[in-house]
Amino acid sequence: MAAAGEAVRPLGWDEADVELEIPARAEYVSLARLVVSSLASSRRDLADDRIDDLKLAVSEACTNAIEAYEPAGEERVVLHWRDEQDRLEVDVQDHGPGFDPSTLPERPSVADPMRPNYERGLGVPLMRALVDEVEFASSDDGTSVIMILFCPPVTPDGE
Amino acid sequence: MDLGFEVDQRGSYTVLAVRGEVDVYTAPRLRERLIELVSQGSHQVVVDLEGVDFLDSTGLGVLVGGLKRLRSHDGDMILVCTQPRILKVFEITGLTKVFSIHDTVESATAG
Repeated sequence: MAAAGEAVRPLGWDEADVELEIPARAEYVSLARLVVSSLASSRRDLADDRIDDLKLAVSEACTNAIEAYEPAGEERVVLHWRDEQDRLEVDVQDHGPGFDPSTLPERPSVADPMRPNYERGLGVPLMRALVDEVEFASSDDGTSVIMILFCPPVTPDGE
Repeated sequence: MDLGFEVDQRGSYTVLAVRGEVDVYTAPRLRERLIELVSQGSHQVVVDLEGVDFLDSTGLGVLVGGLKRLRSHDGDMILVCTQPRILKVFEITGLTKVFSIHDTVESATAG
């Protein structure tokens, strides 16, 4: 157990990581996007469209986290940002009731004329398509969505 | 963060130009505007997304809901979008097959 006031960090996270805690309210998702795109922009090896991909995936994860709290109260959503040479990792955590992504309701295929009847359920497929890896871990404690963007090595200047 | 709207009538088409970021916070305002247009009798609606900087699945859901509502009135929704990052969201979710997407308001209202 962590001492009072001490943040609980996942195993393997270090001092250079960034943590952002936002109220679980819709108006704060834009702040999460702003921080993530700003952090990602500091990497010169990441193209703008990849930054947009990550920004949207993180936004979707935050939206799901916020919607996990029904009705919204004083809950928080925590984002962990980890910047490594070959990858960017963002972990979005909530303490909502949790869900199992493998049991998400099946939606008709997009070719199906019934598809427009379904307005929900587009977030998880988007996340899966936008980042290189996405991992959902759900328990009674809440849900953690880890999104990874691999950054192919670039030849250092002068070599 | 603000979401801006501009409504313009072009022949039988009502053009709703959207400006800003459409996400879980702002999407309800887009939904309200679409419902308002339909209830005022606009059943051929062009949604111009050229001024949209960000669109997520909640925004897509609102557009799909609007399309459904319009079709139930024998109407239709046509989108205007040329921005690759917004088009990509429609492509990934397969909604390019559900919506008719045009490059300009002129071509969207030409039909």
